[in-house]
Amino acid sequence: MSQVRYTKDHEYIRIEGAEGVVGISEHAQQQLGDVVFAEAPPVGKMLKAGDPAAVVESVKAASDVFAPASGEVIAVNSEVEATPGLINEDALGRGWLFRIKLTEADELEKLMDEAAYVDYLKTLD
Amino acid sequence: MSESAILETPLHALHVELGARMAPFAGYDMPIQYPDGVLAEHLHTRSHAGLFDVSHMGQALLGGADHASLAAFLESLCPADLVNLAPGRQRYTQLLNESGGIVDDLMVTRPPGAAGELRLVVNASRKAVDFALLRERLPKSARLTPLGEAALIALQGPLAAATLARLAPHEGLEAAPFMSARPARVAGFETFVSRSGYTGEDGYEISLPAAQAEMFARLLLTQPGVAPIGLGARDSLRLEAGLCLYGHELDETVDPVEAALGWSIQKRRRIEGGFPGAERIRSALAEGPRRQRVGLRPDGRAPAREGTEILSSDGAPIGAVTSGGFGPSVGAPIAMGFVKRAYAAVGTPAALVVRGKPLNTRVVAMPFHPHAYYRG
Repeated sequence: MSQVRYTKDHEYIRIEGAEGVVGISEHAQQQLGDVVFAEAPPVGKMLKAGDPAAVVESVKAASDVFAPASGEVIAVNSEVEATPGLINEDALGRGWLFRIKLTEADELEKLMDEAAYVDYLKTLD
Repeated sequence: MSESAILETPLHALHVELGARMAPFAGYDMPIQYPDGVLAEHLHTRSHAGLFDVSHMGQALLGGADHASLAAFLESLCPADLVNLAPGRQRYTQLLNESGGIVDDLMVTRPPGAAGELRLVVNASRKAVDFALLRERLPKSARLTPLGEAALIALQGPLAAATLARLAPHEGLEAAPFMSARPARVAGFETFVSRSGYTGEDGYEISLPAAQAEMFARLLLTQPGVAPIGLGARDSLRLEAGLCLYGHELDETVDPVEAALGWSIQKRRRIEGGFPGAERIRSALAEGPRRQRVGLRPDGRAPAREGTEILSSDGAPIGAVTSGGFGPSVGAPIAMGFVKRAYAAVGTPAALVVRGKPLNTRVVAMPFHPHAYYRG
C-alpha cells in the first residue's frame, strides 16, 4: 500500500517502502500547461530535501522540481524525458520523474497528505 | 504602467467567458491561453485559423495636407520609403532615436482613396512613447489621432482567407495582396482590413469600432475551423516565424541592421539617408553591423530561454538569447539572439549556457517554420 505526500511547491512523492517516486502534482501540470521538456537528475545523485533536482518546461517557462525528501536517485523515467507530454496526461502515473532511496524517512512527516494538499490549494486562490 | 489601473480590451468579457487564463501584458489584462492550451492553439493556427485579440496595440491616424508631406514627415523618423508607398499598401518600419536605436517597430498603411492620411499600428507597450515622439515632431499641417475606440482582431492561418470570403463574398479579400489594406464591409460590419499578421501564416488584421468588436469576434468564432488563440501561442508563432518582439529583440540600443531588418530600408532611403541615426545605419549596411540577430537551433530538447549566454565553440562569450523556447511546429527548441558579427553566419557552431552547462547549438536561417504569406 503506497501513500502520496505533497510539498508546498507542488511536487509529490509516492512512498513505496524505503523508496519514493517523485513528480509534479496534477495542479502543477495544469498550471504549467503543455510540458515540452523534462530532465531528471542523474542516477546516483545524492539529494537533500529542497535541492533543485529536475526541470520541467512548458512552451513558455521553465520550472525547477525540488526534492521533496533526501535520498539517492536510483532510477529516472526516460520515457517522460522522451515524451514530456506524459506529465500532462498522467502526472501521478506515467509522468513520474525519478525514484529515490530515502535516507531521512522522518522528513516525510513534514509533507502534506492528499487531504492537507487539497486544503492548501484552496488557500492559493 | 504598473501604477495605473489595468486596462481591458473590448473582448475582455468574451475571453473570460471562453475560459481564458488572463494575465497582465503591457498594461492590459490579456488572454494568455484558452482551455486547449498553448501547444494546441499554436498548431491550430498553423492548420486551421486562429482569432487573436490584439486590441491592446496602438492604432492611430496621421493626417496631413497631402501624402507627400505627411510621408516626408514620417520619413524623418523612420527609415522606410513611405513617400512611394502606394495607396492601399502597408509597410513595416521602425521609429528611430537620434542614434538609430529602435524606439518601436510599427506598420504604416496608406489607405486607398484618402489623400494625406496614414494609419499606424504600434506596440501596446510603446504607444505612449511613440505618440509623444510623433506629437513632439509633428509639423503644423499634420495631426495625430489615436484610435482609442477601435478594436483590432487578427485572423491567421490557412482557413483565414476562406473564412472572410464566406462572410464578405463581394469584397474579394481572398485575392487581396500580402501587405495591402483597405476598408471592407464584412458580414455587415464596417472594418478596415489588412492582409498581414504576426504568425508567419496567411491572414488578416481587422480594425473595427470597439462597440462592435465582441459581436464580430463571436461571429468569426462560429465559422468552421476558427478558434480563439492567446498571447502564449502568439509568441511561439512569431518566434517560429523569426519575427521580432519589442523589448526582447528590439530596444533603443539596437539599430535595424543589427536586428536583421535591413530589408525594411528601401533603396532610396539607403542612398538619401535623412532618418535618425542614418550615419550609423548606412555604415552598418555597407560594412556589416557590430552584432547581429540570428536564429539558433539547440541540439537536444532543452529550450534556451531569454538571457541565456551564447559562447563561441572555443568558449568565448559572443552574445545572448533574446527569445527562446520550444517551437511546436518545428518540434524542437528554437531561439533568437544577438551575436558578434564574426559568429553570425548560418552554420556557425556555438554553445548555449543552460543551467550552467554548455549545450551545443548552431546558427540557422530564419524563419524556423516557412512563411505561408499570400503571394497571389
